[in-house]
Parts: sequence; structure tokens; C-alpha cells
Amino acid sequence: MTTGTVYTETVVWSPPEMYVNDAPYQIAIVDLGDRRVTARILGERVAIGDPVEFVEERNGVEYYGKGKE
Amino acid sequence: MRRVAVVGVGKTAFGAFPDRDLRSLAVEAGQKALRDANLRPAAVEAFYLGNFAGPSFIGQNHLAPYVGAGLGISGVPATRFEAACASSGAAFFHAWSAVAAGIYDVVLVGGVEKMTSQPTPRVAEILAGAGDMSGEMRAGATFPALFAMIARRHMYQYGTKREQLAAVAVKNHANGAKNPLAHMRKVITIEQALAGKPVAEPLTVYDCSLVSDGAAAVVLVAADRAAEFSSKPVHVLGISQTSDCVAMDEKEDITTLRAVRSSAEKAYRMAGVSAADIQFAEVHDCFTIAEILSYEDLGFVRKGEGGPYAQSGATCLRGERPVNASGGLKSKGHPVGATGVAQICDVAVQIRGEAGDLQVKRNEIGLAQNLGGSGATSVVTILGAGK
Repeated sequence: MTTGTVYTETVVWSPPEMYVNDAPYQIAIVDLGDRRVTARILGERVAIGDPVEFVEERNGVEYYGKGKE
Repeated sequence: MRRVAVVGVGKTAFGAFPDRDLRSLAVEAGQKALRDANLRPAAVEAFYLGNFAGPSFIGQNHLAPYVGAGLGISGVPATRFEAACASSGAAFFHAWSAVAAGIYDVVLVGGVEKMTSQPTPRVAEILAGAGDMSGEMRAGATFPALFAMIARRHMYQYGTKREQLAAVAVKNHANGAKNPLAHMRKVITIEQALAGKPVAEPLTVYDCSLVSDGAAAVVLVAADRAAEFSSKPVHVLGISQTSDCVAMDEKEDITTLRAVRSSAEKAYRMAGVSAADIQFAEVHDCFTIAEILSYEDLGFVRKGEGGPYAQSGATCLRGERPVNASGGLKSKGHPVGATGVAQICDVAVQIRGEAGDLQVKRNEIGLAQNLGGSGATSVVTILGAGK
């Protein structure tokens, strides 16, 4: 399973047109060691330094959720 | 390389103007700049126009000859420059390059954006095109979200506080309230700034610049001919445009704007000055955190000290180094394609001693810093009264 660490994050309240029904939602730059990816966070909110786990990919967007310490 | 001078400046008011179209705004600014330089349109040898997203906002392409003809400028090169929010900074840099190289003696540089005819989610989507549409933006980022992620990381690495971001907004609103051409002439308090509606945490509406309509223009000439056009020419002492990656997740450290750092270093070297010599500046405060990064990456303070510097009062109108005396993008407004040239106008007017209630005391040498995207383009210009 792909795991990473939250490098930075934000909760978006004012979304672009294509995600107007999703807000508020959290996005994060996830550090995977050899690369970073900007991902959507599912479920519980995460903070910088938190471990996260890959959940799924939909429409070219990677979704992560909070992982185990 | 020849010396180059700014001999004419012109700006429209910035704001939401439902009755004005892009062309009329750009023409108004251009006519003001030509009049300021006592210049006939027929004497303009080339026209450079900065515009980020005219095709998306209003469906109009081929903007430079379209605006140029409205000014009576035709039969010469007329070209649009696009570099996100640094579009007119890039137009100015390339105009300067051509005059410095001896290709032209007299050119007009404009910048314009007409943004308010679209609803906010559509504006956010158009602006997102300045980022990586196949990565960060597809995941749901917006420009406020990118700068919010920079703010979060800056807070984490350097202990920067919400109150320090708010201090930037309070200062810029205090200045903008005195600027007759500003979009939002409203004084705000720290408490208001902190209690603003969230846009992308930790940023609130008071951390974000405005969505505005507006235009600006300047006349640039070979310095040895400046006296023909102005009794108060303002000289380009140093200038540089540099670049970095567009996608924020490809950067090693998002708390440093590497292009700002490199363009500042090159501009300082060309001008033969250091950061300590800069008496006042107009910087790209698209978000409050961006002004804090500018303090650091322009070398006014060391990395991580931008937050305390914002709170110290040093950059207020009566501080040791006023920053964004115009009100900045935060209060003056941010018609993105106009911003770079508008900053040049604001610095030049200060050097001419014509800034009225917003006049800074030490005005011999000023800096303009224009940023594109989350840092992929940076243009830094140093202006001064002397040669």
C-alpha cells in the first residue's frame, strides 16, 4: 500500500466551478519519498506531518486518507 | 546596453465596472500615459500589452492590435504577453529589452484585465489556468488554496502567525483607503481580518486580493532622449525576469519563491545596489502570505523573519521602508494583467514626488516586484530618479 506524509494542506471553502458542490474539502501535498502529489483527503482532517494512505484514484485525482502512526 | 527611462504613466481606477469593456479601459490608460509624455500615438514604435486571460474572461483574442488601434497606434509591432499575474511585468521586461538593445527608442507598454463579468467560481477556474491543470488544480486547488498551503508550511517551519498575515491586510487597507484609484477604500482592523469568511484555511477573504477590472500603461524611451518627453524621467536602474516550475508539488521548498530571489539578485546587480538600499517597494501581495515571502525573498529580512517584520510597522507608510503604499493588490485591486505595469506607475509617481497623501519620505530608489502563478514567473524592477 502507498503511504506518505502530509507536507502541507488546506481546506478549500471557495471552490472552482467543477467542484462547486464538494466544498468544504481538504487537499494536501503528500510527500511519497521519491515524489510529491497534490491529493484530495477523504474522511478525517489531516495536519502537516501526519501519515496518510492511498485510497483510490478517480478521474486522474489521487485520494488519500489518514494512516496509522 | 542603453539606459532606459519611464517618461509617461497612466492608470484607470481599479474596481468593478459593469459599464466598461476591456478595450475602453486599456485605451484610457494608454491615452493618459501618452499625454503624460506629450507623445503622439504615431510616434510609438512598438506596443506591448500584458493580459492574462482576455480570451477566457471576455472571449476576445488578438488583443494588442485591438487595443492599439483604439489608441491610434498601428503599422508597428503590437503583441500581447501572457505570464499569469506577471503578464504586464513580462511585457515591461521585453519592452525594456528592446529599447535597451537599441531596436526602438519609444515604446508603449500596457496591461489590462476585465474580470468582474464572470461569477466567482468561474473566475477561480480561469485563474487556476496559471497553475498545473493536470495536477494540483484537477485535485481541487485554487490560487487561494495554493497560497494557503504555502502559509501553512511557512507557519510550520518558521512559526509565522495568523496575526502577522492580518497585519499585512490591515496596513494595505489603511494605505488603499487614501488612494483615489483603489478598488476597496476601506480601513479594516486586525479583529475584522482575523474573523473574515474562510476561503482556503488559514486564509480568509481579508488575506486575498480583489477581483478587479482595470488597466495601466507606461511610456518607455531611450534615456538619452528622455528630456524630450518629461522633466522628471524615472530611470530603470535594474530589471530581471526569471522562472521556476509551475506545479507547486514539484518544488523542494514552497516557502521560498526561488524566481523572486533570482530576479531580485540579478536586478540588484544590474543596478549596483543591495536590498538594504531599497527605500520603498510595491510588491505582489496577491495574498498576505505572498507579501511576507516577498520581504524575505527580496532580501529585506532573512528567511522566516517576514512575519515579525510585517508586525513591526517597518513597512507602513511612515515606516523605515514603506511597502505597498498604493494599497497593494489587496486594497488597490488586482486586475491581473494590469498589475505589473500598475506597480511601475505607482513607484514612478513616488519617485516624481507626486503621490499626494501616499507620498513616501525617502523616494530616490524604489522596487516593483510582480509575480506570476505560485512563483513560476517573477519580474523585479528597480527604479530611480538618477541615472
